[in-house]
Amino acid sequence: MLIGLYNYWIVVALMMLGFFIIIAHGNLIKKLVGLSIFQTSVFIFYISVAKVEGGSAPILAADTSVYSNPLPHVLILTAIVVGIATTALGLALTMRINEAYGSIEEEIIQKQDNQS
Amino acid sequence: MTLHLPILQVIVPLIAAPLCMFLKQYPKAVWLFSLLASALTLLISALLLQQVLTSGTIIYELGGWQPPWGIEYRIDQLNAYLLLIISAISTIVLVAAQTSIEKELESYRQSYFYMLYLLSLAGMLGIVATADAFNVFVFLEISSLSAYALIALGKDRRALWASYQYLIMGTVGATFILIGIGLMYQMTGTLNMNDLAQRLPEVAETRTVFVAFAFTVVGICLKLALFPLHLWLPNAYAYAPSIVTAFFAATATKVAIYLLIRFTFSIFGLSFSFTTLPLQTLFLLLGLLGVFIASMTAIYQNNVKHIFAYSSVAQVGYMIVGLSVGSALGLTATLIHLFNHALMKSALFLALAAVMYRIGSVQLNQFHGLGRQMPLTMAAIVVGGLSLVGVPLTVGFVSKWYLVLAVIENGWWHVALLILLGSLLAIIYLWKIVEAAYFKPPVHEAGTIKEAPYSILIPVWVLIFANLYFGIDTRLSVEVAQSAAQSLFGVAP
Repeated sequence: MLIGLYNYWIVVALMMLGFFIIIAHGNLIKKLVGLSIFQTSVFIFYISVAKVEGGSAPILAADTSVYSNPLPHVLILTAIVVGIATTALGLALTMRINEAYGSIEEEIIQKQDNQS
Repeated sequence: MTLHLPILQVIVPLIAAPLCMFLKQYPKAVWLFSLLASALTLLISALLLQQVLTSGTIIYELGGWQPPWGIEYRIDQLNAYLLLIISAISTIVLVAAQTSIEKELESYRQSYFYMLYLLSLAGMLGIVATADAFNVFVFLEISSLSAYALIALGKDRRALWASYQYLIMGTVGATFILIGIGLMYQMTGTLNMNDLAQRLPEVAETRTVFVAFAFTVVGICLKLALFPLHLWLPNAYAYAPSIVTAFFAATATKVAIYLLIRFTFSIFGLSFSFTTLPLQTLFLLLGLLGVFIASMTAIYQNNVKHIFAYSSVAQVGYMIVGLSVGSALGLTATLIHLFNHALMKSALFLALAAVMYRIGSVQLNQFHGLGRQMPLTMAAIVVGGLSLVGVPLTVGFVSKWYLVLAVIENGWWHVALLILLGSLLAIIYLWKIVEAAYFKPPVHEAGTIKEAPYSILIPVWVLIFANLYFGIDTRLSVEVAQSAAQSLFGVAP
């Protein structure tokens, strides 16, 4: 049970790790790193789901009859693209925030907002 | 041509968005072009609604691939109703956009604004039109990513920070939905909503499905700003360009409510959501808490955009209370309020765009004396506000009426009382604005402030008249909402 489902344990561990970083860290770049880890864990989850025991790559061949499910792979390709777009946008925003506030620490930004 | 309307609905703004770049040098041309695209989606959605009302649900197979293998677009009454609301509000807001955007954004950013606006519109229409669970996630991210960028266009540097916070929370929410969809796929092997609805009951009593449900609902609730997951909303609405706020306040949360209805009522089914799991109590509690806490917070705000943003959170609370009733009448109340709230909030925020255009600020102390200096704009805010409170002859009354009816039908007298009490709180924050505009000595010298330009005033008053018209002639909103609600209950086991 514990070892047989090790891929799911990795997914959950990564997911919680990423989520924790998003919540606990005040540095905007670190938050984005956390977000990326969080998203990546979901990618691994989808790919785990696609695995069929004893199945080969989903390419039609004469000597195989069992294939892995290719659909989750396709889905996750889309999700990866979305993830890249999110990270890029987040980094761009962080740059603009740094120009406007002179800092990328949540505490300092909020202090400046409260003053104005 | 009419055969392909369901996909054209989404494709038109999606293709129009990048085409805007060819006209980049001429912001005014880009505006006309996007207005044309948006008006076209409005036309398509009106045709779709008419088609659905006369001949029933439209099923469209993308690329001719049969569902559940291919992606299916399915337009039933609920979808067509939502599509019409979104495309209509988008078009009216876009009419006013040029004047306001020219003033609020640097010239090199204006063309990008329209492009992002169209992308966001395409995303929202896509979420509603599709019947594929994964497709929902993709469109959700299209609309959200462009929303983050649109909010970051705000002049105030706090817009950047608000956008960043929204990005983090929104992405967490969308990823939650993705996890939920993955778990559902794992259990059923399908992504088609109809197929999911048929296959989920067989495996409903498993922990995987419980977890899938929890992730999906929490993710959607983050998107719809249900209390206490609303923290991203007030600042994002307050510091975004005024036009963006008017568009999102009227449409973005509505799309999320639609998703919630789809997932809890059609896919998981009412008995699973409300009987097997305690969603009913949870929704009732959070909805009412949202109404009260957000309304109280609104009373203490000094930025008028903040006041209306918190009021949006409160109005979402009413819609969730309507859902929690769990009857066809309750769902009808939610759907009517969805339509009506879109009318009120787009009118109010557009009026604020007019104030922003003339004064450059929406702080409450800048409103002093505006009742005489900008009489038409202020009158619009008062009428829109009365509609928000739920005064008879406005749309707000119609939705409160149905909500109270639905709650009383269930025997929840105390909830009905609380709903009325919540409306009183709305009077208080509305009064603060009225007092500032009409009863305080003017802060701006006489003659320096003129009435807002007609290009903004006309759309505002079109929306205000819609607020009054649909408060009296409820045929469109109530009848479609009623039959959509009944058909959802007919399908749900």
